Amino acid sequence: MSTLVFLEHHGSAIQKGSLGVLSKAAQIDPDTSAVVIGSGVAGLAADAGRYGATTLYVADDAALEAPLPQPRVDVIARLVQEKGFDTVLFAASVLAADVAGALSARLEAGLNWDLSDIESRDGELVGKRSALGDTVRADVGWTSTPRLAMFRAGSFDPSETGGEASVEHVAVGTEDFSTQAVMVEQAHAEQSGPSIEDADILVTGGRGLGDPEGFKQLEELAKALGGAVASTRAVVDSGWYPYATQVGQTGKVVSPKLYIGAGVSGAIQHKVGMQTSQTIVSINKDPNAPIFEFSDLGVVGDLNAIVPQLTELVKARKG
Amino acid sequence: MKIAVCVKEVPDAGPSRRIDPGTMRMDRSGDRSLNAYDLNAVEEAIRLRDAAGGGEVVLVSVGQSKALESMRKGLAMGADRAVLVTDDAAAGSDLVATSRVLAEAVKAESPDLVLFGQQATDGDGAVMWAAVADRLRMPVVSQISELEVADGTATAKRQTEFGYDTIRTPLPAVLAVADSLNEPRYPSLKGIMGAKKKPQETKGLADVGVDPGQAGEAGSRTKVLGLSEPPSRGDTVKIEDEGDAAQKILDFLVERKLV
Ligand SMILES: Cc1cc2nc3c(=O)[nH]c(=O)nc-3n(C[C@H](O)[C@H](O)[C@H](O)COP(=O)(O)OP(=O)(O)OC[C@H]3O[C@@H](n4cnc5c(N)ncnc54)[C@H](O)[C@@H]3O)c2cc1C
Repeated sequence: MSTLVFLEHHGSAIQKGSLGVLSKAAQIDPDTSAVVIGSGVAGLAADAGRYGATTLYVADDAALEAPLPQPRVDVIARLVQEKGFDTVLFAASVLAADVAGALSARLEAGLNWDLSDIESRDGELVGKRSALGDTVRADVGWTSTPRLAMFRAGSFDPSETGGEASVEHVAVGTEDFSTQAVMVEQAHAEQSGPSIEDADILVTGGRGLGDPEGFKQLEELAKALGGAVASTRAVVDSGWYPYATQVGQTGKVVSPKLYIGAGVSGAIQHKVGMQTSQTIVSINKDPNAPIFEFSDLGVVGDLNAIVPQLTELVKARKG
Repeated sequence: MKIAVCVKEVPDAGPSRRIDPGTMRMDRSGDRSLNAYDLNAVEEAIRLRDAAGGGEVVLVSVGQSKALESMRKGLAMGADRAVLVTDDAAAGSDLVATSRVLAEAVKAESPDLVLFGQQATDGDGAVMWAAVADRLRMPVVSQISELEVADGTATAKRQTEFGYDTIRTPLPAVLAVADSLNEPRYPSLKGIMGAKKKPQETKGLADVGVDPGQAGEAGSRTKVLGLSEPPSRGDTVKIEDEGDAAQKILDFLVERKLV
């Protein structure tokens, strides 16, 4: 077996999710390498070694600075073909999904995504995943190599092994179509906002609020409860609420004592950010909303009627 | 402008999503409909076609023969035509096999633009467009929450883990849109009546030039080894609002010492 882990980095730091996958890979396969692609990234070798990579492959070029997927597909595809890796692992991210999906076609390689764990069973790799909004669990495998796998956010914690990685530079050649998409403006560090990670009580608003005005009733409920307001991506993308309040895969991971979701459907990418909340209460008018499947108390109803009443009741109780 | 929208028929949410305990397979007997996230792609295609002052929106899918019924929803919204590749030999296709068939079906249309929704609600996959783009050798941008298409160029804003990126690409390109990009329209009665009469074509694997050995289980590189139901939470309480829901929530919070 020989495993390659894609290390995603932002600025000069490797993402925690990538280090977690690297740690897990090194436990299963001592012959685990990693690849980092970007500009000025060779210095990340020490981290790769510390978390279990024997070799760090580095594709370092100014043209690779922007985190665009397709040039990365070209680099990894060539690396896999030349070195004969039989397993390539990714931590789920917006970039990784685009890279892994394309590699699957390029290498005619099976990709299992949304895995939460992986194990070696009688020499065969078996992945664990959920489907249908987590209502079904599945054991999945591969019928040929290379095998590609992408792990759900937060699947593994990084654990240091204290090793050292040797560095090998790899060629950067890209396909014509891979360089057509260009970065016009890259994400800037997020603006500061209320820290939803520190709040014991989070009232989360989704698109069911209908418009930015709808958030006022949540702010009042949050104030009455002594909590903070959080949001979903659909809401943030629409400009209704700040990015700093987004819970989920591309937002923040929170674990408050109480999470109240109003007009939140409970999509899997939102769930990974709040599933460790101690108590989950949800209000949704759709009785089949996925969020009900992991709520402690699920209320089928109109939030516009329920939220203001609840605010008044909480205020009255607190005096 | 000619736009191909890749769509998928999925099992409905709710009680129909179950495993058949006898066969350990997904129970596919329940109702099925068009993947909700695909409606955002259909909506965007219709808007872009109309803004361009003409062209064609073609829905392209790989699936069971009945999937045409679900695709009619897209036609009722305003798409012009539907093409479904359906073949017994394509059943059980994974990403590798499906992307091959889908890419060939799209290629046959020579579109100026290929659109996808943000993910499928059955497999929670958000990867298909990347595989199809690679096979079509086209640039790709995903998770698009703002889109501008003009003069053969698409400029897209997308959210990543770090904030918002803006990416520009020449067409033809593959674009996957987030559900926040637009609000899919409800089909009008006239649209629903008219949908049945719009061209709906079914093709077999041979029609798109894919060898049966490269589709279905034979052409797949992953397999499901076993399915099980997750441990039920059991402690979930679900109530319907009869005017007293706020009081019941408060009682629940008090009981758990949260207020
Ligand atoms: C790669 C990737 C990363 C992502 N990252 C994130 C992330 O970090 N965080 C995140 O949240 N999402 C993320 N998403 C998006 C996610 O898939 C969903 O699209 C999003 O979470 C949906 O947000 P929502 O629940 O607000 O909206 P919707 O799914 O539109 O749900 C709105 C809900 O409100 C209900 N409703 C409507 N009106 C009322 C009313 N009057 N009263 C009560 N209920 C009502 C509806 O029944 C519906 O269930 C990501 C997606 C992808 C593909």
